[in-house]
Amino acid sequence: MDAVRVILYILLAPVIGGLLDGLDRRISARMQGRQGPPILQPFYDLSKLFSKEMIAVNNVQMLLNLSYLVFFVIAGSMLFAGADILMCLFLVSTADMFLVMAASSDSSPYSSIGANREMVQLMACEPMLLLLAVGFYLATGSFQVSEIVSGDISAIAAMPGFLIGFLFITGVKLRKSPFDLSTSHHAHQEVVKGLTTEMSGTTFAIMTITEYYEMVMLLGIVALFFANSTWWSWIIAVLFCLIAFFIEVFIDNVSARVKWDKLLGGCWAVTLVAGGLNGLILMIIQ
Amino acid sequence: MAKLAKSPWLLHYDGSSCNGCDIEVLACTTPKYDVERFGIINTGDPFQADILMVTGGVNHQSENVIKQIYSQMPDPKVVVAVGICACTGGVFKECYNIKGGVDTVIPVDVYVPGCAARPESIIDGVVKALEILEKKREAYAARKKAGA
Ligand code: SF4
Repeated sequence: MDAVRVILYILLAPVIGGLLDGLDRRISARMQGRQGPPILQPFYDLSKLFSKEMIAVNNVQMLLNLSYLVFFVIAGSMLFAGADILMCLFLVSTADMFLVMAASSDSSPYSSIGANREMVQLMACEPMLLLLAVGFYLATGSFQVSEIVSGDISAIAAMPGFLIGFLFITGVKLRKSPFDLSTSHHAHQEVVKGLTTEMSGTTFAIMTITEYYEMVMLLGIVALFFANSTWWSWIIAVLFCLIAFFIEVFIDNVSARVKWDKLLGGCWAVTLVAGGLNGLILMIIQ
Repeated sequence: MAKLAKSPWLLHYDGSSCNGCDIEVLACTTPKYDVERFGIINTGDPFQADILMVTGGVNHQSENVIKQIYSQMPDPKVVVAVGICACTGGVFKECYNIKGGVDTVIPVDVYVPGCAARPESIIDGVVKALEILEKKREAYAARKKAGA
């Protein structure tokens, strides 16, 4: 059963991620009073990127980008296999480091700035991610995903603060406004394309596909909050994932980008207040 | 199906335009014209662009920049000259600092006339460029096959 879920994740995550991205662009366009591209647009973009000429700016960038992809796929697979969530979250940070290295391996100053900012984003997210694993342990008594989802009541009952904190940093992880410091999905930000500036064709396609894996994995963690041993809790989980995604798209459209110090301060403050307080209460109760 | 024709990404560069044509290029992305419904994105990055759109004539400062961003774009690629300045130099043709149209430095595939070029004709120009882009893609794929 675990193997089936992992294979499904590996095969379907890019498809689901692509569809969500298409939906995102469509909804964003509607919010701006435009018609927007077709839902399948991300797939047209990907197939085009694969057909373009390979401009290799150096001989490690492709390798580093592939490592970013592979580590993310492993991290996501661990989550969907029901393995240790702590290990899974560690792998996410490792994968991200490969992206930072890929971006700083080329000579473009824009891409270096993007890489620096990605590090700041990483720093902003890390405390919440670690606290999240601890939160799941406090609430369910286990780090194992398979045990977290087989409780009698959903984890959300004990950890609403953690969910708020996690949704906050999901915006950072998805590189959505107001936290799209390192690279933006929208055209024209001040650092050209940030850390993807010197990625073209296949290299950029790999980066995009990894983002889809990331998106599905993050939504998988959101689902962890809601899933329990009953089958209908999974329907609520999927529904809430869609709501969470819509919230992210909405915030993306109504906010302007913040400066890095606000990002760092904001994330840490939310982590401390929402996650920390929730964790403290859980510790006192038990 | 034509891969490039469904997802052409634009790079817009201002050679020495009076900004009249630039405003019209930007107007194409507004709700009224919304080029994104054709999958067209105005990207700022030559490494990811398929269509180079130049406004304004070429002068000695912009010449090298145009050459550089053109060389940074991966094949297959097309160039669209927007506005009469970019096509021939226009009213600034005789100025001591103007070299002429964009085709004095890089090969141009589509010329969009007008002062300023209207958003409708810019979109028409891009659609025309897509046909050329598709032909270039086929030629590129054939070349790659033969070379590999
Ligand atoms: S064609 Fe007209 S509007 Fe366009 S850049 Fe030249 S002078 Fe300006």
